Amino acid sequence: MGALNVIVLVSLIYVALLFCVAFAADRAAARGRGTWLRSPIVYTLSLSIYCTAWTFYGAVGFAARSGLEYLTIYLGPTLVMVGWWWTLRKMVRVGRSQRITSIADLISSRFGKSNALAVCVTVLAVIASTPYIALQLQSVTISFAAFAAVDPTHTGEISETGVALWVAIGLMVFTILFGTRNLDANERHHGLVMAIAVEAVVKLFALLAVGVFVVWGLAGGVEQTLARIDASAIARWEVPGSRWVGLTLLSAAAFMCLPRMFQVMVVENEDEAHLRTASWAFPTYVMLMSLFVVPIAAVGLDLSPMGANPDLFVLTLPLANGQDGLAVLSFLGGFSSATSMVIVAAIALSTMVSNHVVMPVWLHMTGGSAVISGDVRAVAIRARRLSIMVILFLGYLYFRVSGGGAALAAIGLISFVGVAQFLPALLGGLFWRGANRRGALAGLAVGFAIWMYSLFLPSFGASAVMPQGLLENGPMGLGWLRPQALFGAAGMDPVVHAFMWSLSLNIVVFVFVSLISFPQPVERLQGAQFVNVFDHSAPSGGWTGGLAQSEDLMIMAQRIMGAQEAQALFGEAARAQGMSGYLPEPTPDFLSRLERSLAGSVGAATAHAMISQIVGGASVSVQDLMAVADETAQIMEYSSQLEMKTEEQARTARQLRQVNEKLTQISVQKDAFLSQISHELRTPMTSIRAFSEILRDGGEMPPEGQRRYASIIHDEAIRLTRLLDDLLDLSVLENAQIVLSLQDGQLGPLLDRAAVAAGLTEGGMEMRRDPEAERVWLHTDTDRLAQVFINLMSNARKYCDADAPRLDIRVAESDGQLHVDFIDNGSGIPASQQGTVFEKFSRVSETKAGGAGLGLAICREIMARLGGGIDYLPGQAGGAFRVYLPVGRGAAAEAAQ
Amino acid sequence: MSPERGPVFLARRAYFQRRMMDAARLLPVLGAGMFVLPLLWKSGEGTRTVVVMFYIFLCWSALIGLGWIVSRRLSGPEAPGPPDRSRAPDVPVAADGPQERVRVSREG
Repeated sequence: MGALNVIVLVSLIYVALLFCVAFAADRAAARGRGTWLRSPIVYTLSLSIYCTAWTFYGAVGFAARSGLEYLTIYLGPTLVMVGWWWTLRKMVRVGRSQRITSIADLISSRFGKSNALAVCVTVLAVIASTPYIALQLQSVTISFAAFAAVDPTHTGEISETGVALWVAIGLMVFTILFGTRNLDANERHHGLVMAIAVEAVVKLFALLAVGVFVVWGLAGGVEQTLARIDASAIARWEVPGSRWVGLTLLSAAAFMCLPRMFQVMVVENEDEAHLRTASWAFPTYVMLMSLFVVPIAAVGLDLSPMGANPDLFVLTLPLANGQDGLAVLSFLGGFSSATSMVIVAAIALSTMVSNHVVMPVWLHMTGGSAVISGDVRAVAIRARRLSIMVILFLGYLYFRVSGGGAALAAIGLISFVGVAQFLPALLGGLFWRGANRRGALAGLAVGFAIWMYSLFLPSFGASAVMPQGLLENGPMGLGWLRPQALFGAAGMDPVVHAFMWSLSLNIVVFVFVSLISFPQPVERLQGAQFVNVFDHSAPSGGWTGGLAQSEDLMIMAQRIMGAQEAQALFGEAARAQGMSGYLPEPTPDFLSRLERSLAGSVGAATAHAMISQIVGGASVSVQDLMAVADETAQIMEYSSQLEMKTEEQARTARQLRQVNEKLTQISVQKDAFLSQISHELRTPMTSIRAFSEILRDGGEMPPEGQRRYASIIHDEAIRLTRLLDDLLDLSVLENAQIVLSLQDGQLGPLLDRAAVAAGLTEGGMEMRRDPEAERVWLHTDTDRLAQVFINLMSNARKYCDADAPRLDIRVAESDGQLHVDFIDNGSGIPASQQGTVFEKFSRVSETKAGGAGLGLAICREIMARLGGGIDYLPGQAGGAFRVYLPVGRGAAAEAAQ
Repeated sequence: MSPERGPVFLARRAYFQRRMMDAARLLPVLGAGMFVLPLLWKSGEGTRTVVVMFYIFLCWSALIGLGWIVSRRLSGPEAPGPPDRSRAPDVPVAADGPQERVRVSREG
């Protein structure tokens, strides 16, 4: 078997191993185990995606060409990490408190949740990252080629594009599998982060191993190595100052702005304290990564034949010296660097593309209504997967088109300058309250344009995109506009030249436009939130409630967050407002909380747009504006006290209003019931009296006639008894005189029994159940529970008015409680009556013949005795009731006492 | 810190906490200074790559070591929310009491 086959096999095994690691970590996280998944070391290792294949192969090439200059790429991030107290700490805090999903999301949130800004950042990020992804594909390809070159069994050229295509497809599958499991980008991708941490260890180990081999194996010790460096072409320290400082600044800027770095540093951050460990651990990592670079480069230059590619010394030195095992390890290191970068970059970019481009377009196309259209979750996940495919395809395309010619380091630096354009908006947004949206947009546009003109387009080579004449003489012969010598700055290094001009003009325009334009209220609010994040990590206000329909909001939230999460959120908010059920008042507080939860799934701008569709565009209240205007702490404090009092009063008033409404309704119902009950009692009484009189006075009467009258009397008496039984039952329950007979039972058979008793098995109504979920053991009073089920089922049978009536019974467990939902497809209970259905004598439809309106009241009392409860579940397809009761032995018994 | 808000003098522990925050802020400045120093050395025939390499890696290690010390000193649940704006008051002496006790019980 040839070396090439070994390499293919080894990489497949390695990928399979990563799969297992990611899968195991995901499972451990899902079960709540694996606190080690959340350790600061894993966080630090995940940051190492900064070191891509560019580092692994390119650093040696960089050093072989220009000596110690490669160090700047690591010194910049080191300074940023060591200075975490200035910027990163704030970035991570803002990211967590605002539930930020990407760098585009951060910038757009800060500047008034502007989607235009988010789109700009996204487009720029995709354009800047595409060459970088292509670079990774290229590095894997050329490392394959290096093995093919020494493989005696292999004849002919290997297809570079073929290898790149397969690598791209493999990475696509891996990214989609582990990166788009759950919608909420704020939920951590444990499996993925773990796999990346493993890759980080592999690449460090591989590079150190090669370094040790080169120094002690090839050169014969430290002294000989130093002698070789002194004898090599890079023996002298002759780095131009502009490049040394410029590249350090560039790499520091890129470290903060790269979408993939933002993803692992801010979005995947579990705990702010991890940053503290990473502040020294990450510099240690990159220092070790760069430790052996110069020795490898010097020895490589010495031993390799003339014209050998220095980018591949890490691979070719062990290969040429018969160290096949080490060469394979080195290959795996490079492979790890490339794959982890591509995976994380694809996730970060796909989140941005789907949240800021696809979702807004989709929302717009579906008629601008977030309420009626289909499932948003499915659309968002599909959009994210599609974006991953498109991004990797773009990377592959760039690789094909560019032919993979240029040296690795050059492509990396071009990308760096591109993403560094985010820096003014990012830092300005975090530290300067005066920064505004127009400024950010203008600065970004100018920086982006200069980057394109002076670095990105010329990078394709002379005459490829830009005509030779333009490069040499400038547009229309204007010499001071030459792409690589703007404003007469000739003779500068092109990268430093482009970095200096694009960033400085970006900053100038950003500051200038910010100074002369006036921000929108939302921007000012968000600005205060971001800049002063450590003073108050509370969310911003911004919604005036009252116009919104809670039920519409709930329907929307259920589709984005999932039914259970949305119900929990709404239920909790309702309780916090002192209300029962699942529909809180749409107060500004609740709306902004909901918005931030939604932002975790679809990004801030989209979430804002979706809520404003329902709420009706209202955005900033007078109080919020006052909060912006009032700068001094005293007034803030005073108003916050007032606010607290007002809030408390509002809550009490809300409760009182609710109770009052309920009381009025109950009183009306009671009056209605009294006449109803007299009627109900009177009708059987009348017929009993009439027929018993006939029997008494009848004299001659055929026996079948007597039997008929007697059975009418009997039936009527039974009806009376039943009515009185119900009343008695209720009063016994209400006075807690009931004795529960607790026993073990399974939910499934209990539901079967109830269905038979309620007459659902006779046809006429379709039942949908999930036997798997119903395999739950209960320790409770099963007869009483069955009574509740029978009541709900026969209600559904009686009142469901659909043409093809259907009853869904869904069983789920959450927080130690078993939920059994009964959902029919009828028209449900109107919102005005949802509050009172559980009251005694309450009847939804007066027209329909039915019971005395005691059934649900009895159900509620029973469930309370069993330690659970029953609620109406709004926002479903039809009428829906949720029965919940505690799981676990003895829970009902305790409740009964 | 504005003098009219909060006490002027802090308890010993809170005081050191403050100085560690200062150190954390100054560390990147120190690092940047150390890393640009070689630019002042004679280039071309004058300085060997090996010398600069040793210098940079030594500085790098020193910076990491200092970062480690600062981050350890700043750690612990009682690290107060740092004041980012000048009008945020210093941690008052009185509020430092319970923190002091937590620390003592941990060490003991």
